[in-house]
Amino acid sequence: MVTQEAALDDVWAWLGEIPDPEIPVISILDLGIVRELRWSGSGDERTLRVAVTPTYCGCPAIRTIERDIVRALTERGVARVALEVRLAPAWTTDWLTAEGREKLRAYGISPPGPRASDPSAPIDLGAFAAERATCPRCASSDVELISRFGSTPCKALYRCIACREPFDHFKSH
Amino acid sequence: MPYRLVGDSELLFAYALRLGDNALVLGQRLGEWTAHGPILEEDLALTNVALDLVGHARLWLDYAGEVEGRGRDADRLAYFRDQGAFRNVLLVERPNGNYADTTARQFLFDVWHLYLLQALSASADERIAAIANKAAREVAYHVRRSGDWVKRLGDGTEESHRRMQAALDDAWPYTGELFAPDAVDEEMLAAGIGCDPRALATPWNAHVGAVLSDATLERPADGWMHAGGKTGRHTEALGYLLAEMQSVARGIPAERW
Repeated sequence: MVTQEAALDDVWAWLGEIPDPEIPVISILDLGIVRELRWSGSGDERTLRVAVTPTYCGCPAIRTIERDIVRALTERGVARVALEVRLAPAWTTDWLTAEGREKLRAYGISPPGPRASDPSAPIDLGAFAAERATCPRCASSDVELISRFGSTPCKALYRCIACREPFDHFKSH
Repeated sequence: MPYRLVGDSELLFAYALRLGDNALVLGQRLGEWTAHGPILEEDLALTNVALDLVGHARLWLDYAGEVEGRGRDADRLAYFRDQGAFRNVLLVERPNGNYADTTARQFLFDVWHLYLLQALSASADERIAAIANKAAREVAYHVRRSGDWVKRLGDGTEESHRRMQAALDDAWPYTGELFAPDAVDEEMLAAGIGCDPRALATPWNAHVGAVLSDATLERPADGWMHAGGKTGRHTEALGYLLAEMQSVARGIPAERW
């Protein structure tokens, strides 16, 4: 039996339903880690190739995300799925979608600001100190850094001076 | 993976192994602080840095295993080699000590690590360049954090100043190895794959000097330096670290998780 090959637009839509395991209000597409989809091979070897770029090297969520992608696609009838981990170009928070940023804010996480420079350019050691977060609850920019490392590798811990609430800030990376 | 392999594979294996072992051993050391950090924020920070480093180790060691071509992956290389087969610099295997000791070790390594990874981002070996570029952006956070703590402790109370200075003095003789090339470094440099460790000394000295000055600490004098980690001659401390890290994998060698 010959099954209908899934259209890539449909596949993108399916992947858009997969939540990030650690910040489930955003999808893996909002996160910007799915870089390419393509069909390769022919006949029984016909394979859907998914290129994924990890956020942080040690992020434990990446294994779960890979499993979730394979499961979502096989459940929809894609017989062969091949994942490719693509390291270059390195992931940057500039790849977060505008919609994803808004979902983060609504969830109580201050979204990352734009990166000042090209990710492959030399790292500016002063840039982190200059990064400004905004309180996701009261929108005040009168905030202070508690710790550069928060509950996951991608977040830092801040406190709002205006409303006194602590909050997570998604680091510009 | 669409990466091009340049140069002699045995040398490349040795080179990738060093990068992986540095990250793995320091990541494991920092993991020892998990749930023992002095404050919650630092507990989280140390665990995050450890996670980054273990992530780097996985990428380097998987690559080393592929280059070697004997079917060893990152887990196999991490859990089933003995002390003499590890190629990390001695600095990273130093015990955690007190918080100033952990901070001194981390800061001196972080600054070197960042400049090393930035240099390797231009490696002729595409895989090394890709891993280095990705890792460098994480290590930039590590450098800022450990530098901040050197300043806080150095320019803190009399007691914290005294301990931070003592920790620096103790760790300093382990920094010479970071900048001393051997045959593997020279060959990798000639092939355009590795970087020149001597060239890292200038930016390292400038960065470390500036932070120590802000921290009201004295830069220790460059005296006799320990070496040997890159060729497998380690201190006693590494054996204990490996015994703990490898015990589960060696106890149940056929298990997968």
